[in-house]
Amino acid sequence: MTTNDQVEHDEEVTRRNFLYVASGVVGAVGVTSAAWPLVDQMNPSADVLALASVEVDMSTIPEGQTVKILWRGKPIFIRHRTAKEIARGVAEDNDPMKDPVMDKDRAQKPEWLVMIGVCTHLGCVPLDQRGDFGGWFCPCHGSHYDIAGRIRKGPAPRNLDLPKYVYLNDTTVKIG
Amino acid sequence: MLKMIKNISLMVMVALGGISFANASGDGGYEVKRHDWPHAGPFGKFDKGALQRGLQVYTEVCSGCHSLDYVAFRELVALGYSTDEVKAFAATYEFANGFDDEGEEKYRKGLPQDYFPAPFASEEEARDSNNGALPPDFSLLGKSREHLSMFTPWNSVYGEDYIVGILTTYHEEAPHGVELAEGMNFNETFPGNQIAMAPPLFDDAVEYADGTVATTQQMAQDVATFMYWAAEPKMEERKKMGLKVIIFMSLLTIMLYFVNKSVWKNVKKGDDLV
Amino acid sequence: MGSSNYEPTNKAVKWFEDRLPILGLIHGTLGAGYKTPRNLNYWWNFGSLAGFMLVVQIITGIILVMHYTPHVDMAFRAVEHIMRDVNYGWLMRYTHSNGASMFFVIVYVHILRGMYFGSYQSPREVLWFLGLVIYLLMMATGFMGYVLPWGQMSFWGATVITNLFGAFDFYDGMGESILHLLWGGFSVDNPTLQRFFSLHYLLPFVIVGVVILHIWALHLPGSNNPLGIDAKGPGDKIPFHPYYTAKDAFGLSFFIVIFAVFIFYLPNIMGHPDNYIEANPMVTPSHIVPEWYYLPFYTILKAVPDKLLGVIAMFGSILIFFVLPWLDGSKIRSAKFRPTTAFFFWLFLVNTIFLGYLGTKLPDEIMINMGGGIDALTLGRISSVFYFAYFLVIVPLVSRFETTRPVPTSIAQSVLDARKEG
Repeated sequence: MTTNDQVEHDEEVTRRNFLYVASGVVGAVGVTSAAWPLVDQMNPSADVLALASVEVDMSTIPEGQTVKILWRGKPIFIRHRTAKEIARGVAEDNDPMKDPVMDKDRAQKPEWLVMIGVCTHLGCVPLDQRGDFGGWFCPCHGSHYDIAGRIRKGPAPRNLDLPKYVYLNDTTVKIG
Repeated sequence: MLKMIKNISLMVMVALGGISFANASGDGGYEVKRHDWPHAGPFGKFDKGALQRGLQVYTEVCSGCHSLDYVAFRELVALGYSTDEVKAFAATYEFANGFDDEGEEKYRKGLPQDYFPAPFASEEEARDSNNGALPPDFSLLGKSREHLSMFTPWNSVYGEDYIVGILTTYHEEAPHGVELAEGMNFNETFPGNQIAMAPPLFDDAVEYADGTVATTQQMAQDVATFMYWAAEPKMEERKKMGLKVIIFMSLLTIMLYFVNKSVWKNVKKGDDLV
Repeated sequence: MGSSNYEPTNKAVKWFEDRLPILGLIHGTLGAGYKTPRNLNYWWNFGSLAGFMLVVQIITGIILVMHYTPHVDMAFRAVEHIMRDVNYGWLMRYTHSNGASMFFVIVYVHILRGMYFGSYQSPREVLWFLGLVIYLLMMATGFMGYVLPWGQMSFWGATVITNLFGAFDFYDGMGESILHLLWGGFSVDNPTLQRFFSLHYLLPFVIVGVVILHIWALHLPGSNNPLGIDAKGPGDKIPFHPYYTAKDAFGLSFFIVIFAVFIFYLPNIMGHPDNYIEANPMVTPSHIVPEWYYLPFYTILKAVPDKLLGVIAMFGSILIFFVLPWLDGSKIRSAKFRPTTAFFFWLFLVNTIFLGYLGTKLPDEIMINMGGGIDALTLGRISSVFYFAYFLVIVPLVSRFETTRPVPTSIAQSVLDARKEG
């Protein structure tokens, strides 16, 4: 049998439990929101983000030369390739390669090759215009890259990585 | 007993209040006028027009002597500029950029990530150009010149008001009986009343891009707004978040009040003891 | 800490508990296993609030260190970097700087509560000592933390406070040697900043250790209560959880609202504007003021004309709290039943606040303008004398000779009496 008292008591218990659960949920939401700033402060700060992209005017780079610039703490190679170099890159498109890719897919404009100058083997910086393929050579463990930055010989697993970049005008790129 | 305690504390409070009042009118003798700033108060937001005009006053008038070391061009988007406008503004500055093959210094255009360049290379150079006085850096003046009082808020002097005060209370001639040191100017607001800086603003010292009439008062208020922003650039974000936190926590406090009440219901009255 | 009869029902939990009884420890310290007097009022919330603030300071402090550089050439800029560039950096810094003030407010209330209700009396003397040790560590930590932003007040505060130790000049050159040792040089400079940074990072963890001892010492006799009588019978006590966990949660939530008002709307009101000017050893600010929580002691220092005696008086004004359990000769703990004690307690509080107020004034500032005029120094001396008289004369005499009010026989009885009265 259910008496009135008991119904009232049950209702009170339900109400009380609801209050406890609701407070617990709101409290948990509060703790979580407070935790976010504590985590987010570790993300790159505004001054770091301001350096996340660089604009490079490439018009001053003479043909047949590479310039190195620092971007996000890593060197970027920008090579103004000669017609001969481009021709060689295209000609070797079908040679055996570890990480095969067409020369035309290595640069948005074939005369400007923009690459991250970090060997994909163990992170050394390859030397310019050395090695067996007329491109780059990593002195650390002997990886040879060709004139399109493709790995041709040695322990490196991949071609030199390409950063994200867009042309702002004919000769200016924004990297990152 | 309780009454006695109350009386004593009342007496002390009155005494403290009286002392503070006496103090307010005691030293200096000049009062810093309080302005009604749109960025004051819990919902305050910076007046973007004033910020932009203030930047113009800073670049055209103040920046000849005063640095702004801690502010980067990129932060100017907060003044309502687009990133392209900021880039163009930064490009009007030149920065040393290493040396060329002949050992000559090279220069490059400013970038958004650069900080406002200082007008003088060193403190010595700054003093040499300013009659021995050092023009203070502007980045934090909005906060370092303020005197806030928690218990006697009417004694508070706010940074922006102080800056406006300095800029608008020059006397052309020192009052009778005041002997100015050489190269000094009389200013009501400045502590000691003798300031090395000559009156920097006069009507129409700048021609505002937005057509606002450039009275001295207007320019003073604009540059004070700009300087307060430079000192406390996260103010809007801070106040906005504060509102959310306080509303949320008040709600939780009310809920926990009822939780606590309900937990204590029986014990409070001693029902468990009967 | 609390011995516990915690019996987990879950098998996995029991397996773990048999090997490391940590849940039982928590249960016995902050859970249902800790039996607490049923009549604690809201003044008893400040212990848990202080614990909360310690955690907040440690968390925000560790985060600030991720972006800070302890070097005289970079420290000031690093703080501005935190304020301007770091994501939520301004929030971390304002929480930490205002948190220090909040921590002190809470601990002061906690100490005053102990004084009013006689919580320092037997058998809680060691508990009281440990609390005072925490307070002293907090003072050291707070002082060194204030130096880190390397503003003008940081630098000159550090200079003035470290120079105090030069007062111990018992033989020729001794004071100077002490100072050179503290500074790591011939003035406050980079070595000083770096050692203060190191210690500012270390001391909070020492505080955590002493807090654990403080709670341990608390759990042996159990909490004191507003009536100041021992809780004996089962009717006198209730489990800590859910009663005091609920009450502490409510108090904490309410406190955070107030804390938030300071962080978000008055973030610089407790600081000194000169600290937004980078430290400059060539220019002393016109008016050096320590953080507000040191002000009463600063006034006592200024009140004594002799340097060494002033320093001794200042340290003595804090250390005197250690002998309070013996200065107070009353058999009754709570000032509720000791009207004269209560009266002088409030007078002491008002006087100490006044000492703090005088700390912000220049010594020759005229404070009360009646006829001749009384300057801040004179008032500071009167107040300082009262401060010491409270401990050395008033408390010993009043506690031994005052007429007290009747004390209830038990906590449960007082609840029942109140119930009868309606």
